[in-house]
Amino acid sequence: MISLKINGSTHALDADPDMPLLWAIRDLLNMTGTKFGCGIAQCGACTVHLDGQPVRSCQTAISDAAGHEITTIEGVNGKVAQAVQAAWQELDVVQCGYCQSGQIMSAIGLLSQTPKPSDNDIESAMDGNVCRCATYGRIRAAIHDAANRLA
Amino acid sequence: MYAKTMLRRPEADRLPVPTALNRRDILKAGGAGALVIGVLIRGGRAYAEEAAGGGKAIAPVAGDPPRPNAFVRIAPDNTVTVIVKHLDKGQGVTTGLPTIVAEELDADWGQMRAEFAPANAQLYNNTDFGPIQGTGGSSSVHNSWTQLRKAGAAARAMLIAAAVDEWKVPATEVTVEKGVLRHKSGKQATFGELAAKAAQQPVPPEVHLKDPKDFTLIGTKLHRIDHIVKTNGTAIYALDIRRPNMLTAVLQRPTRFGGTVKSVDDKAARAIKGVVDVVTVPQGVAVLAENTWAARQGRDALKIEWDDSKAEMRSSAEMLADYKKLAATRGSIAAKAGDAEQALGSSGKVVKAEFTFPYLAHAPMEPLNATVERAADGSYDFYAGSQFPTIEQAVAAATLGVTPDKVRIKTVWAGGSFGRRATPNGDYFGELAAIMAKTDQKRPIHLVYTREDDIKGGRYRPMFYHAMEAALDTNGGIAAWHHRLVGQSFMKGTAFEPVMFKEGVDATAVEGVADMPYAIPNLLVEWHDAPSPVSTLWWRSVGHSHTAQAVEVMMDDLAHAAAKNPVDFRLALLKDHPRHVGVLKLAAEKAGFGKTMPAGQGQGVAVHESFNTYVAMVADVTVKDSNVKVDRITIAVDCGIPINPDVIRAQMEGGAGYGLGAALRNQITFDKGIVDQANFDTYEPLRMSDMPVIDVHIVPSAEAPTGVGEPGVPPVAPAVSNAVFAATGKRLRSLPFDFDSLKGA
Ligand code: FES
Ligand code: FES
Repeated sequence: MISLKINGSTHALDADPDMPLLWAIRDLLNMTGTKFGCGIAQCGACTVHLDGQPVRSCQTAISDAAGHEITTIEGVNGKVAQAVQAAWQELDVVQCGYCQSGQIMSAIGLLSQTPKPSDNDIESAMDGNVCRCATYGRIRAAIHDAANRLA
Repeated sequence: MYAKTMLRRPEADRLPVPTALNRRDILKAGGAGALVIGVLIRGGRAYAEEAAGGGKAIAPVAGDPPRPNAFVRIAPDNTVTVIVKHLDKGQGVTTGLPTIVAEELDADWGQMRAEFAPANAQLYNNTDFGPIQGTGGSSSVHNSWTQLRKAGAAARAMLIAAAVDEWKVPATEVTVEKGVLRHKSGKQATFGELAAKAAQQPVPPEVHLKDPKDFTLIGTKLHRIDHIVKTNGTAIYALDIRRPNMLTAVLQRPTRFGGTVKSVDDKAARAIKGVVDVVTVPQGVAVLAENTWAARQGRDALKIEWDDSKAEMRSSAEMLADYKKLAATRGSIAAKAGDAEQALGSSGKVVKAEFTFPYLAHAPMEPLNATVERAADGSYDFYAGSQFPTIEQAVAAATLGVTPDKVRIKTVWAGGSFGRRATPNGDYFGELAAIMAKTDQKRPIHLVYTREDDIKGGRYRPMFYHAMEAALDTNGGIAAWHHRLVGQSFMKGTAFEPVMFKEGVDATAVEGVADMPYAIPNLLVEWHDAPSPVSTLWWRSVGHSHTAQAVEVMMDDLAHAAAKNPVDFRLALLKDHPRHVGVLKLAAEKAGFGKTMPAGQGQGVAVHESFNTYVAMVADVTVKDSNVKVDRITIAVDCGIPINPDVIRAQMEGGAGYGLGAALRNQITFDKGIVDQANFDTYEPLRMSDMPVIDVHIVPSAEAPTGVGEPGVPPVAPAVSNAVFAATGKRLRSLPFDFDSLKGA
C-alpha cells in the first residue's frame, strides 16, 4: 500500500510502486484534469505540484511522491492560482485547452517563486510546456497580467 | 483539410437579407417547456408541412424516424444552447457558431451555451461536403452561416409571438435586446420566461436576417465559451472518459508500414499484473488491462514476429531518389495554359529550383483515443473527439456487425487534431471496434495511443518533391512557369477519390500551385503519384502546406531576378485578385516592409489563399551564423465578415506557430522502413522560446465568412525563407530548414 496526499486528501493505493504518479492520479483516482502528452518529461502536460514545486508526474514514481503534498489542477487555490486563472480567462488563452492544466501549474509555480518575472524568466520556466496550438504569446501575456494582478 | 475543390462555393454567396425561409428547412420541437428550433438540411426528404400548409409545426412524414434535430434550445433557466454539429479541437467553433445564433436571436452572450451534436448525417451534415457529418476544410463557419442565422432568427420570431400572445400588444412594438423582450408599457420578459410559450408558436414562414450594419455581437470581442472549463481542469476530453469497469487497451502496430502479424508470444505480457487479455486484430496486437500503466508494460513484454513481405523497406534517401527519377518524366497534367516548355526555351532569365518536403506527423496534444461500451440491447456507445462521425459510425458498425444506427457517438472536447482525427477510413474507430469484437464485450474498452504510437503511427502529411523552372519576360512579369510535383495521394482508393481526382490528378496534391493567382501566360503543372504502404493524410492546410512554400519562395527568387521589390512584383501579377492584393498591401504596410534593416536582419513576405481565406505574412528575422530567430510575424487576413475577431487572431497565431514549428525542425524519416522519430524529443514541437511576436490585422469585409483554422499555416514558411534570404542572400528552400547551410553567411 502506498499512501498519497493529493489536494489535502489521503489515498491508499495498492499499486506498483514504480507506477508514474500521472497514471495513479488519472486511472486509479479518476482525477483527469492532469493530462498525458508524452510520458517522457518533454511536454509538461502532466505538471502537478509536489510541495508547491512543479514536477512532471509522468516521470515521478508514486513511491517517490509518497510523503509529499501533491496538488493537481483540481486542487490549486490561493491568490496566485486565482490570478493566473483569471488572467488566462481574461486573455482567452486556450484553444484546444489540452495543455493548459500543465501550463497553469507551471505558471503558478513560477509566480509563486518570482512575483515579477521577466520575459526570460517566463521562457525558462515555461519552455518545457508544449502547446501544439501555439498559444505561447497569450501564455506569456497572461503571466505578465497575473503578475500585475498580484502586485 | 480537404482541397477547396470539395468546397467550391457559389460566387453569389453574399448576405441574403432578408431571406425567405423555406419552411421545409425549419423544424420545431417543444418539450419540457423549452423552445427547440432547428433548420433542416436542404435536400433532405420531403416533410409533411408541404401538405399541412403554413402555420403548423413541422412533423416528419409518417414512417420516417423521429427527427429531434435542433440547433437551438432555449430552456426555462434562460440558457440558450446551440447544438454544434462540428468538432471543437481548439479552433473555437463552439464559440463561433453560438455567436451567429446569438446575433440573430439578440441574446445576451452570457446566456449562450454549446453542446456537441450526436452522430446523425441526415440532421447534422456538413452542407459543404454532401451527406456527411464532419469537420474540416476550415468549413464549419461557412457551411453553418446561413443555417444558424435562420435558426436564431426563427427562434427570435417565436419568442416575439409568445410575448404578443401574453401581452396582447402588436408584434411591431416588441423589442428584443440582450435576451430580454420588452414593450413600451413596461412589460418585459426573459427568453427563459417565454420559452415554454414560444414553443407553442407556429414556425414563421419567413425570417428577416439582420443587416450586417446592425450586428452587435458579430465582430466584437466575446470570451470563448470554453474559456473557464479549459482553465480549471474540468473540460472532459476523450482521454478523460471513465466508464464503470473500463479496460484500457494499447495496440502494438506493425513496425513497418504494410507489415502484418506473423506470430505472437504473449506469455510474458499476460503475466504482468493488471493485464486482462491480449487479442490479435488486423491492425496489430492489443493488450487490455486494468489501467494504462499495466497495458503499456504488457505491450512492452509482447514478442511479435512481423511479416514484412509487403512492407515499405526503403530509407528516406532512397525514396527521394525515386521521387527525383519520377520528376524527370512527364506527369499527369494538373494545369496548362499556353506553352510553358516552349516559352522557357526561348526566354532569357530562367530560374530553376527544387524543394523537398518531409513526411510530417500531426502530433495533436491529446493523443488519439476512443472508448466503446456495449449497451444491453446490443447497440454501442462510442466516446471520442469525433471529427468524421458519419464515417466512424459506419466503420464501427461494419466491424461490430450491426447497422450504423446501432452506433451512437458522444463527441467530447478534442485536444487538437490538425487533420489527424479525420480519416477516410475511420482508422482508430476501426481499431477499437476490432478489439472490442475480439472480446466478450462485457467491459467497456478505452483504446489509447501513446505519443510513440502517434509519432510512429503514420497518416502523415506526405513527403513531396517539387522541381520548377520559371522565366521572366522583358517587362518584369513572368513569361512561363513549369512545375512538377511528386508525392503520394491519400485520396486514392478512398470514398473521396471520385470527388477529389480531376482528370487523373489528386486535387489535394496540387492545390495552391495549379490554381495560383498570378498572371502567367504559359503555365504547366504536372503531378506524379508516389505510392507507398506508408499511410498519409491531410495535415493542417493540406496541399497548401507545401505548395505555398514552393510558389512563394519562387516568386521571391523571380522578384530578385527582376530586381523588383517582392511586394510590387506580386501586385503587378495580381490585378484580378483584389483580396490577395488587400491582404498583401495591409501586411506590408503594417510591417513597414522595405524599411532598412540592420545587418543580419531581414524581412520576407508571402501571400496565399486557402479555403477561400486570404492571408499575407511578413516575417522579420535575425540571423547570426546558422542561428535564425524569427522575431516577428505581421499577418493580414481576409476571411469575409469577421465573426469573432479574437478567435480569428488566435487561429492566425496558432496557424503561424504550427507551420513555423514544422518548418524549423519537424520531419518523419525512415531507416529501412522504420520511422526514426518516436516522441517529442526526436520530433520536437515549437516551444515558447521559438514563438515570434505575432501581429494580426483583419481586413474589414462584407463577404460571407470563411474559415480560419488552416489558412494561417501556408504563408509562414515562405515568409521566413524569404526573410532569411533578405538577411543573408542564401535560400532555404526545402523543409525543414537546413540552417547549417547558412554557416559563414
Ligand atoms: S506527459 Fe509528462 S511531460 Fe509530457
Ligand atoms: S491549447 Fe491546444 S495544446 Fe495548448
